[in-house]
Amino acid sequence: MALLEIKQLSFESEGKKILADIQFTVESGEFVSITGPSGSGKSTLLKIIATILSKTNGELLYNGRSIEQYDPIEYRKEVSYCFQSPVLFGDTVRDNLSFPYEIRQMAFDQQKATDYLGMVGLPEDYLDKPINALSGGEKQRIALIRNVLFQPKILLLDEVTSALDEENRQIIWHWLQEMRSTTEMTILMISHNEAEAALADKRIRIVDGKIVHKEELQNEFAN
Amino acid sequence: MNLQISPTTIALSFALVLVGVFISYKEQLGTAKEILYSITRAVIQLVAVGYILTYLFGIDSPLVTIGLVFVMSFNAAWNAHKRSNQIPNSLKISIIAIFSTVILTLTVLVLSGSIKFTPSQIVPISGMICGTAMTTIGLCYRNLNTLFRDQRQQILEKLSLGATPNQASRSILRETIKSGMQPSLDSAKTIGIVTLPGMMSGLIFAGTVPTTAIMYQIMVTFMVVATTSLSSYIASFLAYRSFFNDRQQFLG
Repeated sequence: MALLEIKQLSFESEGKKILADIQFTVESGEFVSITGPSGSGKSTLLKIIATILSKTNGELLYNGRSIEQYDPIEYRKEVSYCFQSPVLFGDTVRDNLSFPYEIRQMAFDQQKATDYLGMVGLPEDYLDKPINALSGGEKQRIALIRNVLFQPKILLLDEVTSALDEENRQIIWHWLQEMRSTTEMTILMISHNEAEAALADKRIRIVDGKIVHKEELQNEFAN
Repeated sequence: MNLQISPTTIALSFALVLVGVFISYKEQLGTAKEILYSITRAVIQLVAVGYILTYLFGIDSPLVTIGLVFVMSFNAAWNAHKRSNQIPNSLKISIIAIFSTVILTLTVLVLSGSIKFTPSQIVPISGMICGTAMTTIGLCYRNLNTLFRDQRQQILEKLSLGATPNQASRSILRETIKSGMQPSLDSAKTIGIVTLPGMMSGLIFAGTVPTTAIMYQIMVTFMVVATTSLSSYIASFLAYRSFFNDRQQFLG
């Protein structure tokens, strides 16, 4: 059984068709890249999978069950969406990394948070760094840690590297590779970077709200 | 009583309004008409309410008192609702917030013996509670609308991390309640130093000894702080839910 199954999904907003007849499956542990021109509906698709938006028609199954049957709050803890140009909360990095604990009513695990900071090349003392003293790349890394601290089953990445310089892009890319090799995390990633997209298990290209190309790839990414 | 006021003295004091009209003409503010319109409305409303109150106070019936409080509370809720800028269910929310605040505050004041359950005491106090609650709730609605619009992405990000609408809105709720209470807290801090409040001034004017007037003012200050806290808390907590649907999605 596929982890995620999307059948004839469509989405309309204010009478305008944004997505039409979207159909594909994602297996557990797969890395799927989604490419396509700006405004083609890629982000909308990820937001629908994340239940931030609701589809107009079609079916979306997670573990064989329609996503409508899940409690949206619990579902979003398993299927986590990371925004392009994310906004950080509160005053410090700590406010952001403690948020996933807060919403689960758990005590903040500082050790785990600093371990994750280390994995993306940020020192321990960044925990108390004010968020407005961070660069764009650092903010993106903090936002990603926020999404993965509790290891979601599916990580939805919306062009998380596109606004970054090469150095930051490499840091995030290597970290994602490392996470993929050590966990069972499934990743759906919107990317404009051809080299990144080529490393996926599955590649989907969306143009004008429709899938124009679907391709299974053999890659070494997980290794 | 040492009051000297009469219709003639009021007519003469109208000269004060003419100062405002003069400034408006001289500076071409275009507010002269509005000043005169507002003043005329105020005079008509006050005269009418004066006669109505004189009549109703004469009846001195608990049913009439309750009826008056009900009408005032509903009017305040209606006006707060109009300031909600289309927050769904804002009339219902305003009614719940204002009625709970009025009932709770009046109950404490009557049970503590601070005021008696007679129209001449209940009606003015209810007016103060309703007016304060109405302004506070209107302020809360405005803040909720502004903050939810400005922090849209932050809310979406919190939801996408698995936060409930309540958890995602917590910082907005905190800020809304705080800013709803702020004006009354600020005025409580400067009371007697910068301002001599209307009720206290009125009592002193009418010949009450200042210490008694001050005791009443202290009671009113307590009441205003309680009213703003309660009404902003109830209205904000009931209204934030309107920004989300049943699928826990943000509607902003």
